[in-house]
Amino acid sequence: MSASEPRVGFFTDTSVCIGCKACEVACKEWNQVPADPQGFTGTSYDNSGELGADRWRHVAFIEQKLPVGVEGAAPDSWVQEAAKQNLVEQGLEPERDEDGFRWLMSSDVCKHCTEAGCLDGCPTGSIFRTEFGTVVVQEDICNGCGYCVVACPFGVLDQREEDGRVWKCTLCYDRLKDDMEPACAQACPTDSIQFGELAELRERAADRIEVLHQRGQSEARLYGESEDDGVGGFGAFFLLLDEPETYRLPPDPVVPTRMAGKVWGAGLAAAGAMAAGIAASFIAGARR
Amino acid sequence: MSGDVDRAVAGRDTYVHGERGHPRTREERMVPREQPTTYYGRPVVKPPVWKPEIPFYFFFGGLAGASAVMASVATFLGRPKLARRAWIGAFVGVTASPALLVSDLGMPSRFLNMLRVFKVTSPMSLGAWLLAANGGATTLGAALNLAQPDRRGGAPEVAAAALGAPLATYTAVLICNTAVPAWSEARAEMPFVFGASAAASAAGAALLSVSPEDAAPARRLGVAAAVVEEAATVVMHKRLGPLASAYEEGKAGRFGKAARVLSLAGAAALAAGGHRRSVAAAGGSLLLAGSVCKRWSVFKAGFQSAEDPLQTVRTQRERIALEGGGA
Repeated sequence: MSASEPRVGFFTDTSVCIGCKACEVACKEWNQVPADPQGFTGTSYDNSGELGADRWRHVAFIEQKLPVGVEGAAPDSWVQEAAKQNLVEQGLEPERDEDGFRWLMSSDVCKHCTEAGCLDGCPTGSIFRTEFGTVVVQEDICNGCGYCVVACPFGVLDQREEDGRVWKCTLCYDRLKDDMEPACAQACPTDSIQFGELAELRERAADRIEVLHQRGQSEARLYGESEDDGVGGFGAFFLLLDEPETYRLPPDPVVPTRMAGKVWGAGLAAAGAMAAGIAASFIAGARR
Repeated sequence: MSGDVDRAVAGRDTYVHGERGHPRTREERMVPREQPTTYYGRPVVKPPVWKPEIPFYFFFGGLAGASAVMASVATFLGRPKLARRAWIGAFVGVTASPALLVSDLGMPSRFLNMLRVFKVTSPMSLGAWLLAANGGATTLGAALNLAQPDRRGGAPEVAAAALGAPLATYTAVLICNTAVPAWSEARAEMPFVFGASAAASAAGAALLSVSPEDAAPARRLGVAAAVVEEAATVVMHKRLGPLASAYEEGKAGRFGKAARVLSLAGAAALAAGGHRRSVAAAGGSLLLAGSVCKRWSVFKAGFQSAEDPLQTVRTQRERIALEGGGA
């Protein structure tokens, strides 16, 4: 690390995301990320699919209809009231969404992990940690071995077919150097994407979750803000309104490096056993 | 299966009650979901971008490593005819391996960047160095032994054997040290499967041409390796539980069945008639084909596992339920 810049990151508050995709567009424009037409998914308003070499921000659309309300119950009956109460407890607003329908929208991005699987796995030193604590691929070094693709617990990195190299969010490294916020955060019209010093973002997120809980949105939870998780905490963490897997996020991501000792232990034990077996096949013959 | 679902649900509750969330009442979870949700069935982790070169590299790397050990042992024990075949097998392996690896790269012209750093956290980096070092030792050992058939062994043989054994099993470490659930959850057994498969291929290659009176160690090794590979595979699938479906279904399943049939048929042929030259060569060919199919099965299983979001989510939910997560 060259200088002692404070670690920066994103706090993506999905409770105010309106699914406008300005972040996807701003990211593509600033970083000159190629177009990658996906066609029509037919499953939701999400027609861009997922993060990859040519998509460094991705907006997920989840349409949920929860089993609430009572069919055939008289209006304003106790039965209907109980069903409404159930809606409130689940964080929905019965006045607006009488049928228990809700949309979840969330802008996903590289997590810039404290313990980054891609960085640990990269054999060329192409992936490095910047002075801002972010994780960046140096495209003049990457030789496209593809190991980071399977080392990432979030499926963030992918190979670009045209040039064979791997690409991902840089947290706008070039803009950070000029004291500018990343393009996605600047473009976000609702401040769902907040950029800043990580320590401050964590405080802000704690305040926000308290507000939501007081309003009865008990299903709101932070994801990736804790340093006790399997990747030592995210540099880009989230406020979610459902389980992580609903948003295509892993519920318990663990950096593969944490199991490296056990894997290598088994690998070397197997190597020793194989060598012993080969030697034994000769020695058994020598005795005969 | 129902235990599976129960645990998934328990995991959900543990998560909700954990330090990340805020305490909830039981009533809020009165209607537990049957199984974890996914995002329109889309994968959570990315499938590998590796091309068909990689399973062939697993095979040739294994052949190189196990043959180097076999060649060195044969050289030290004064079995020049078997040693000669094994050195040739090892040399073929260390020649094919880098060619396959370079061909698989997205930017083959930058293959030397692999040796730009030495990085202990990256099995890919350690493997590249291991392959380079073993390639040097094996080439030297092969050259010395082919030039001097009565050579009794020295430092090059020791180096080739010491580097060859880990070369045969590190490829298992490489794939198990990833976020692909059917690979990473097989980390305790996969190196043994690869080691046995490598030993079987080394024995198979030597048996192709060596005369029966010199081939006894290779026959014994071929039979034993095929049996150990089968046993390790059975244990691996059992320990994987529901994740084993990645190895049993689709293309991975077909390659896996082929590998089992070919390897066990090769072992049976060697055990029954391996003292006859034609049978030994046929048995050796079966072992080689079995080893290739085995690596293809494991390779394809990684894709199938990564592409199934439930494999990723269930594995992690179970981990949360059992250990609290972050293990």
